[in-house]
Amino acid sequence: MSVAAIGPRRWTKPPLIGRAWLRWTLGIGAVAYLALAFGTTDVNWARVWEGLPRGARFFAAFFPPDFSSRWDDIAGGILESLWMTVVATVIGIAISIPVGIGAAKNIAPAPVYYACRSILAVSRSFQEIILAIFFVKLFGFGPFAGVVTLSFATIGFYGKLLAEDVEDIDSSQAEAVRATGAGWLQWINYGIQPQVMPRMIGLGLYRFDINLRESAVVGIVGAGGIGATLDTAFNRYEFDSAAAILLVIIAIVMLVEYSSGYIRRWVQ
Amino acid sequence: MAVALRHGTKVWHRRDRGPQFAIWAAWLVAAAIFVYCWQLISDKTIWAFVTDAPQQAADIAARMVPPDWAFLLKLGRPLWDTLNIATLGTVIAIILAVPVAYCAARNTTPSVAFVRPVALFVIVSSRSINALIWALMLVTIIGPGVLAGILAIGLRSIGFCAKLLYEAIEEIEESQVEAVRATGASGAQVTAYGVVPQVLPAFAGITVFRWDINIRESTVLGLVGAGGIGLPLNAAITTLAWTRVSLILLIIIATVVVSEWVSAKVRHAII
Repeated sequence: MSVAAIGPRRWTKPPLIGRAWLRWTLGIGAVAYLALAFGTTDVNWARVWEGLPRGARFFAAFFPPDFSSRWDDIAGGILESLWMTVVATVIGIAISIPVGIGAAKNIAPAPVYYACRSILAVSRSFQEIILAIFFVKLFGFGPFAGVVTLSFATIGFYGKLLAEDVEDIDSSQAEAVRATGAGWLQWINYGIQPQVMPRMIGLGLYRFDINLRESAVVGIVGAGGIGATLDTAFNRYEFDSAAAILLVIIAIVMLVEYSSGYIRRWVQ
Repeated sequence: MAVALRHGTKVWHRRDRGPQFAIWAAWLVAAAIFVYCWQLISDKTIWAFVTDAPQQAADIAARMVPPDWAFLLKLGRPLWDTLNIATLGTVIAIILAVPVAYCAARNTTPSVAFVRPVALFVIVSSRSINALIWALMLVTIIGPGVLAGILAIGLRSIGFCAKLLYEAIEEIEESQVEAVRATGASGAQVTAYGVVPQVLPAFAGITVFRWDINIRESTVLGLVGAGGIGLPLNAAITTLAWTRVSLILLIIIATVVVSEWVSAKVRHAII
């Protein structure tokens, strides 16, 4: 709170950034950057202008969307996306359980810990699309490449969260199980698993959500699913079919998100 | 605790028979669904290509080293474009997300019955469509280039930012708002002095967090023609210039690591 020197005391709002020099540097830097960024961005306004009627046509295509003329392609693509999501989520989680347990500092020996942590780091550092391009090159076009992509991405996500969850457990419970003379597997099964299970089921469902969204995209580079159908629809300028596909994707994502949220609340 | 009698001695079980059976049945159903889906995927796969994959991988890896360092000079511009796509996209998203979040938050929305559902629908549809699909759409409509990328990132990020922001608005302390209102402040003043200061740190954190994600996403937008470093990546992959591909991948990883570091630093400073 600052006080004016003369006259009645006046209150001014405290600034977000306390240090004045930092505030000014950030402000001037932001303005300079924006000027530079706008100055160097090439925009072909003629092309944009030309595209506006097309945009209007696309927008109009939503009222009503055309589900019927490409329905076989749409249904096939959506189903393929769903299969891919199921298979990739299961495989990804199955692989990430040993990796995640190995990456937990409190139960894994140091060499295993570093090995598993580096697997997680590698899996997390690439975008799904870039992975998909390479897996399509390796395994050929089709849903298999998509399944491998999504499984790979799932390992990094799920393994990291599992490792963090195992590191946060109440160690006295695990110790009590160990004191009964339990073997290593029994120790994991009775001492650690019950503590992390509710959260991990929730995260598994959340990852299912993410995989479904991503499975709509990997098709653009040829890895199966609804993305390929959508790409084709756009390339042929069949906006009413594209609108239908987008609406189907939104509906399914909402449905899955809603039901997984419901199941998560029920589990926890 | 479940205890079963077997040959006159008590044996401890983890669960009663009913729950145990339910869990077993759930596993059976899940396994059946998985096998069925796997079967369908397997039917669409050419297994000869899959068994061939290790050789292919070794082949590509051998062709990728050493990275074509001379190409680095030509990557400056695409990298700058990528940065601009992510940053300007985030700026657009934030500008549009603030009113959407204001309308979606239960305690600030002008009308729970009409405005709030519309705002929530905007959030959901923006979130459920990936940036790459937005880009695909915009490239068809307004032509390839950086602008399509910026708009794609912007449209994708509105939902994310608005969702986190409206949750932050709903969690504010109501007594502070009430105190400001009690001074006789108008509606706009209540928002400016009662609500905004409480959500400003969360707002800054969300912005930086989303910027970090956007850097990651804008690296691939070029694959559908929306500018940035994805364009040379796509060109290098289609011309099989593997030494360039490896260089671009290294650059992408470096960019992502740097942006993650910056975002973590800034968020740490704010919170």
